[in-house]
Amino acid sequence: MKLSLQNVVKRFGTHTVIDRASLELDGVHCLALIGPSGGGKSTLLRIIAGLEYPNEGRVELNGRAIEYDDEALLRHRRSIGTVFQAFNLFPHLTAFQNIVLPLEKVHGRTKAEARELAEGTLRRFQLLDHAYKKPAELSGGQRQRVAIARAIAIKPQVVLLDEPTSALDPEMTAEVLELIEELKGEGRDLILVTHEMGFARRLADQVALLANGTIAEIGPPEQIFGAPKSEVTKGFLSRVLKY
Amino acid sequence: MEFSWRDLILAPGGARGEVSPPTVAKALNTLLALLLLIAIVWFSLVSLHFDWSVIWDYRVMLFKGWVTTLGVTAAALVLSTLGGFVLALGQRSFLLPLRYFAKVLVEVVRCTPLLVLIYLVWYGLGGVFGIGNEYRYVAGVLILTLFESAYISEIFRAGIESVGKTQIESARAIGFTRTQTYRYVIIPQAFRQVLPPLVGQLVSLIKDSSLLSVIAIAEFTQSAQQASSINYDNLETYFGLALGYLVLTVPISLWSRWLERRFKYET
Repeated sequence: MKLSLQNVVKRFGTHTVIDRASLELDGVHCLALIGPSGGGKSTLLRIIAGLEYPNEGRVELNGRAIEYDDEALLRHRRSIGTVFQAFNLFPHLTAFQNIVLPLEKVHGRTKAEARELAEGTLRRFQLLDHAYKKPAELSGGQRQRVAIARAIAIKPQVVLLDEPTSALDPEMTAEVLELIEELKGEGRDLILVTHEMGFARRLADQVALLANGTIAEIGPPEQIFGAPKSEVTKGFLSRVLKY
Repeated sequence: MEFSWRDLILAPGGARGEVSPPTVAKALNTLLALLLLIAIVWFSLVSLHFDWSVIWDYRVMLFKGWVTTLGVTAAALVLSTLGGFVLALGQRSFLLPLRYFAKVLVEVVRCTPLLVLIYLVWYGLGGVFGIGNEYRYVAGVLILTLFESAYISEIFRAGIESVGKTQIESARAIGFTRTQTYRYVIIPQAFRQVLPPLVGQLVSLIKDSSLLSVIAIAEFTQSAQQASSINYDNLETYFGLALGYLVLTVPISLWSRWLERRFKYET
């Protein structure tokens, strides 16, 4: 994956959430965004997902700039898989229908194709037994795995994960993290906002630390976790790794 | 099972009443309430020396009126459900003139008594546009539709707003268009929220239709008025009138409550 941010600024009212964030990455398969709450991680991910538009700056994904008009944004969002912290699935549909619906209605697959794809994806993630359950009947971990399956089924150019395990207990966190690791093993490109430092360290090719709306430091995990250069990174890590 | 008198009279869990009272207690207390009502009515009937032959004499006219009420209500129900839907969407429109037109219309209609609305539209608008007598019934249905649409649009609005922001966000992330988001995500989820109050509104609609009698639409109330004006036996016919409405409204009201309970358990 190729990702380029050039002086991205995002304001909500008078509050500047992203303040001239820039980065250039090429040949990265997994980028982890870490940093303190309110540092702008999720907002940055949402800008890349095409769910928010920046007030200034330019975002390029795989060599193509994101254009911020309705039509282009819709096309952009359709080429990306996004998984949020929770409540991704539509509660009135079964796990299976949740995956079939976008394939059919957004990506123009026939009913048969969509069903086949959904079934294949669920099988691969060992979720076939739960295909006909509604989200309320699934555990939190299963729900997130179905949400990831839905994001993958459309064959996205990149999968964006916004704190996918923050709403889960440790055991369920493990099953979701395993699945994400599996995706990486398949060579899928991921951008991940996470509070799981160990996971970021193990999985990411590049880790970016966001604080106060800017990228305080970016580098391979060995650098960020082993020999951080920025004082902000050192401070943040000493706080989160204390316990 | 044995019940002490306390179980039959006091709700379990005190005034908060989160626990449902035993079925025996529910039945007994409903029966008591009904008996009390019947006793009051009976007492009035005995002391007023009612002559029920009036209702019998005018049974055909009354029945025709009752059927007309059914027809007017059914037509207004279909139209005001559509109208309410359009107004609810209108209130969320991107087009600000449309959005504020819908908002203002709903607010004005909701704050106007139906009787006043009927007079204003029929004599005001009807007079200006020269609506003839032959369109009296159409006009009646449309006025009722206008009035009920405003209330139903509020029911729909609440239903739409009950669908979480995260759901809409998920729909956006998947790449649904606005129309698709409504069709596949918002409306199916809002439906279960909306159905019980919508059915409840039908009860109001039936009752409200009685006011159309003031512009000489021969529905149930108008028929009863006519019957009693011929005989000057007002109370007998009004008594029958009340019963005729209750036969329609009570089952629907109970149905609405049942729906409410069913959907509550499902979520």
